[in-house]
Amino acid sequence: MSIRERLSGNEAIATAMRQIGPDVFAMFPITPSTEIPQYFAQYVADGKVDTEFICVESEHSSLSACLGAEAAGCRAVTATSSAGLSFMNEVLYVAASSRLPVVLAVACRALTGPININHDYSDSMAERDSGFIQIYAENNQEVYDNYLQAHRIAEHPDVRLPLMVCEDGFITSHAIENIELEEDEAVKKFVGEYHPENYLLKTENPLAVGPYGISAYYMEARVAQAHAMMNAKKVILDVAADFEKTFGRKYGLIEEYKMEDAELAMVIMGSSAGTAKAAIDELRKEGIKAGLVKVRVFRPFPGEEIAKAIENCKAVAVMDKSEGFSACGGPLYAETAGACFNMKKRPLMVDIVFGLGGRDFTVEAAKSVYGRLAKIAETGETGDIYTHMGQRER
Amino acid sequence: MGLKAEEINEHIAWQDLTTGCEIYEPGTSRLTKTGEWRSRTPEWIKEKCKQCLLCAPFCPDASIPVKDGKRDEFDYEHCKGCGICIKACPFQAIRWKEES
Amino acid sequence: MAYNLKEEMNKEERFNSGHRLCAGCGAGIVCRAMMRAVDENDKAVICNATGCLEVSSFQYPYTAWNDSYIHTAFENASSTASGVCAAVEVMKRKGKIDPDQNYKILVIGGDGGTYDIGFQSLSGALERGHDFTYFCYDNNAYMNTGTQRSSATPRFAAATTTPAGADSVGKKQDQKDLTQIVVAHGVHYAAQTTLFGNMKDFHEKAHRAIYTQGPTFVNVLTPCPRGWGYPAEDLIDICKAAIDTCIWPLYEVVDGEYRLTYEPKKKLPVEEFMSKQSRFAHCFKKGNEWTIEAAQQYVDKKWEDLLAKCK
Repeated sequence: MSIRERLSGNEAIATAMRQIGPDVFAMFPITPSTEIPQYFAQYVADGKVDTEFICVESEHSSLSACLGAEAAGCRAVTATSSAGLSFMNEVLYVAASSRLPVVLAVACRALTGPININHDYSDSMAERDSGFIQIYAENNQEVYDNYLQAHRIAEHPDVRLPLMVCEDGFITSHAIENIELEEDEAVKKFVGEYHPENYLLKTENPLAVGPYGISAYYMEARVAQAHAMMNAKKVILDVAADFEKTFGRKYGLIEEYKMEDAELAMVIMGSSAGTAKAAIDELRKEGIKAGLVKVRVFRPFPGEEIAKAIENCKAVAVMDKSEGFSACGGPLYAETAGACFNMKKRPLMVDIVFGLGGRDFTVEAAKSVYGRLAKIAETGETGDIYTHMGQRER
Repeated sequence: MGLKAEEINEHIAWQDLTTGCEIYEPGTSRLTKTGEWRSRTPEWIKEKCKQCLLCAPFCPDASIPVKDGKRDEFDYEHCKGCGICIKACPFQAIRWKEES
Repeated sequence: MAYNLKEEMNKEERFNSGHRLCAGCGAGIVCRAMMRAVDENDKAVICNATGCLEVSSFQYPYTAWNDSYIHTAFENASSTASGVCAAVEVMKRKGKIDPDQNYKILVIGGDGGTYDIGFQSLSGALERGHDFTYFCYDNNAYMNTGTQRSSATPRFAAATTTPAGADSVGKKQDQKDLTQIVVAHGVHYAAQTTLFGNMKDFHEKAHRAIYTQGPTFVNVLTPCPRGWGYPAEDLIDICKAAIDTCIWPLYEVVDGEYRLTYEPKKKLPVEEFMSKQSRFAHCFKKGNEWTIEAAQQYVDKKWEDLLAKCK
């Protein structure tokens, strides 16, 4: 039986963590993810979890401690945002290449500068090549559900990769919403226990982790890691299927909203998808065939699935909530466009960078995007492919 | 459990590497014969040796095997020829070998 | 139990041959001695900072270690170890590992990974009080990248980033006194040692450090023949000169109490140490005599300070 609750995204994650009961939680505070370890510290103080909770002196160290604990045989978790994720950068790559399935909650927040505490994806997008699996959520329910699925995906023997559960800073992390929680025992049963075959503390044989790899091995090691990421696609879907069977809520790599007959579509991520859905509902009443593709899983990138979903559209706007400074578009656009390149049929496509540092994205703004797409579909001309939206201009 | 270290070499396929390049056995470095690096070779003069063992802990390459409290012949497969043992010996029981 | 070299050398080797450290590298001697200080039935986990030792002792697929080993990066050996320490606690508590099995968490890094880039993670781990022993093999510079100066490089030593020249007499600053900084964290045990004699000094300090509950620290002056510029076979002479000149005093600090563990019969002038190494060669050139005087003054002052602490 699900339990109806009202929780913020941060509390939903902390609750999921409490239900799973990780062995080690290494924390360092940073807005807006700080509440997660705060809630968790209280669970520890109240004896509700049997977790070794360590307060380290930086994010670099929090992830490093997770690596040590995970290699030693533990389930290790942490949480961070923005500069904290950037500070972890080096260690993220080590986690992935050492194939240590740490689960990292990220309350996504803009990177400096200027320093800003609000939401965009500049932190998580900057780590898209780190080798972490990245799963994004539209709302608090999805944050919770994604977290419940995270360990099983990361620890799967065909995968063995670390995983980021991403929520939108403040928008999801702090806003309180209705949520269906699952019972502690049901969660424990679904997630299962972690029993790695080899671990540092195993007495039967030693384990050595993190070698120097000469050129004769480096390429092979990276190819193996690349395949693990490819394998993750199937595992994510398998775990989602079991999740649906167990708890009744359905997840995929992407979510298609009114795409069956859509002519105009957005490719979008996170909470903004909720806003865009409201716009689509209004536009549909006016007879406009609008739809969207929400990218739930960014790593592994569901390129084929996105391309398939939008192949019959006339015009598509890829909505990038981070600025990649490539001078030709954000990361979501680059990957979406790349995924469509070899399709026999593909829509006209533009990139819109929006919502940086917490800049509002309204239903009206979303509708204006569809207005622009309608014009592109009508004229067959995209105009400028790479544009920004929502900024003041002279 | 993946391959043993002795089965891992520069010709195996990526599928055969251990996950994350982990190794699950002790002391596999012994498979590397660092004796090939040596340009000079220390020589143990048994008759002068008092078995004080002062040489043994100073070998950076663990190439002075000790068994039952006594040192044995150098492990020339691994000795890199640094010569620290020569100076560690108070009895001149180790010297550089005359290279022919 | 009294130190017995024979018994120590009878132990199974836990740091094996076939590693790729340079011929005559002191770090190999340190690792072997460190592992002998772990009781035979205790399982060790070595957490290693990036550096010469790491690239040499675990080059895929060859590990020199008999015990479990983890390397993650340069600056985070102590925080990685913090995670391993946490794992020991929680896995014992949850019955995932044998609660009666002794685990010894050993962290080892060079001076770069300890005095400099790893300083924050070391300080954090000391403050948190995890049960680990940190061994620093201090070879006075970044040797893995080719002898760049670190905060452990002594004043006047030439390094590739503090070369001697017409306008330079080598490094301008004195060595950071890391051991005393560690002591200031309130650890139960910290010591300085080096490689000489029958290795009794090293062994006793290492063993005491490893078998003292909580974070402990052993700073080992570890000569590097290539970086310091001396013939590899002279390692013991160099170490002996370092302690007899009091450039590297041997002492231990137990719960804040300083104890001198070696007092030279006759304190030698610093030239005895410096003249043996090409990194100080410029100090002996005409016009640079003042560098030796200055080095001597610094050593004398530090030695007196230490003696005062040991009273």
